[in-house]
Amino acid sequence: MGNETNKEIVNIRSNLQKVLEAGNFSVSAEIGPPMSGDAQNVIDKARHLVGIVDAANVTDNQTAIVRMSSIAASYLSLQNGVDPVVQMTCRDRNRIAIQSDLLGAYALGLRNVLILSGDHQSFGNHKQSKNVFDIDSVQALHGLTKLMKENIFMSGSPLKAPIEFFLGTTANPFADPEELQIIRLEKKIRAGARFIQTQAIYNLDRFKSWMEHVRERGLHKEAYLLAGIVVNRSVRSIEATAGVPGMDVPLSLIERMRATKGKEEAEAEGVAIALDLIKELKEVEGVAGIHIMAIGWEAIVPTIVEKAGFLPRPKV
Amino acid sequence: MIIAAQKSMDEILRSVKPFEKIAVAGCGTCVTVCMAGGEKEALKVADLILLDARAFGRKVEVNVTSPVRQCDMEFLDDVEDELADVDCILSLGCGAGVQFMAEKFPDKVVVPGINTSFIGVNRDLGYWTEMCQGCGNCILEKTGGICPVSRCSKSHFNGPCGGSHTGKCEINDETECAWQLIYERLKRIGQLDRLYEINEARDWSTSRDGGPRRLVRGDVKV
Repeated sequence: MGNETNKEIVNIRSNLQKVLEAGNFSVSAEIGPPMSGDAQNVIDKARHLVGIVDAANVTDNQTAIVRMSSIAASYLSLQNGVDPVVQMTCRDRNRIAIQSDLLGAYALGLRNVLILSGDHQSFGNHKQSKNVFDIDSVQALHGLTKLMKENIFMSGSPLKAPIEFFLGTTANPFADPEELQIIRLEKKIRAGARFIQTQAIYNLDRFKSWMEHVRERGLHKEAYLLAGIVVNRSVRSIEATAGVPGMDVPLSLIERMRATKGKEEAEAEGVAIALDLIKELKEVEGVAGIHIMAIGWEAIVPTIVEKAGFLPRPKV
Repeated sequence: MIIAAQKSMDEILRSVKPFEKIAVAGCGTCVTVCMAGGEKEALKVADLILLDARAFGRKVEVNVTSPVRQCDMEFLDDVEDELADVDCILSLGCGAGVQFMAEKFPDKVVVPGINTSFIGVNRDLGYWTEMCQGCGNCILEKTGGICPVSRCSKSHFNGPCGGSHTGKCEINDETECAWQLIYERLKRIGQLDRLYEINEARDWSTSRDGGPRRLVRGDVKV
């Protein structure tokens, strides 16, 4: 690699960060890496999102099912015009691996990192595996912030050339007890999270009450809160979502899906529900962006973004 | 104390099948209390080994012995003569007991009869739960006396993950969320501010991660 290329990589900045810092309402989506080494799968998913979203999360062995690595798939996404958010869980890596993998991610030009605990492996298809949890997500954020700001590894050894990431994490407005969850969110932000993606929101009343607590503590001013939306395409899909621990799907929305006849009507209603939620969410004080999770239905994202009036995306 | 569960009789019978002179060794401490490997269990296992051998027309001799505990050499010395003639010792002690038995009788086959499960407590008849992982660096003063290392499925140090719901852990509804318990307890004892402290990455070298551990205390050496 010549000096030119190296300089180019060092100069890459997070598009998501630029969009948010310029005061825009951000729009992001997800790219789920395949359960294979098929690069074309990632490339196709990324190409659908070019010019549609500001960034896309690239999941890290979501639900503890082995998939293409988040960093590799993120690189494919970056090469194909979509700013990736590398997801990094504490389940599979100790502090040595987390720091090492992120140095590699930086060298490849990846700039957004979303730190997660990681779904317990008992959810996935390798239930017999050993987990790591050397550090938790607050400790990872804290350690990585120190690495970026003070050029010091978690061991205390110096980092020789500076790195910079736009660090984020998640929050679940529907997990309880609320007070404890807010304390944890505050800790994550103090530990260095600059953006927060929320769990999928269906119950607007509960989300709004959670946001009141967030605003009371001024947390919306210290990190960008990106509201999560899941798009369902069938009755089965919304019912399955409702059954996931930590999800709160009001019966009225499930009933809206149940009232539809046939695939087309159900899909149209799924989109309509997502648009209704987005419309309200973008008006909530302190919400800085929308994060769309169209699990298994990635192709619908451009339609939603367009219908929600989010196009064109800002060029920053 | 150490909680253990007896292995299946199928597994035990397979382990002792090649031998004619067998000793079943119970242990008088933890595994007696949790009813996995005390004298009573040793007698029962010995009977089943005899019955099985008889059913298949094999000849075996089975002794039962129950040292006070298998993790102290002086108590193993007490049973040395009793076990002098056996080919195989089926130890119903925890993993430490089985290994110490093997050290004491280096020329004999020693096989385990129980699975050592965890360090825990007895909550009800026949019901035990894990409370400690022996990580070597206790922080219970920070967490209201509830251990996040052993009782949080992800050993979190800074609050619950997003999978905690109605006080239960995401892995199943029988597992209580340790951080919910910590929160309630800290609230009750007026120490909720502890939850705001960022507990930085911890030093695991006092745990198994530092390699097999040993403890040397000069003050108790003779």
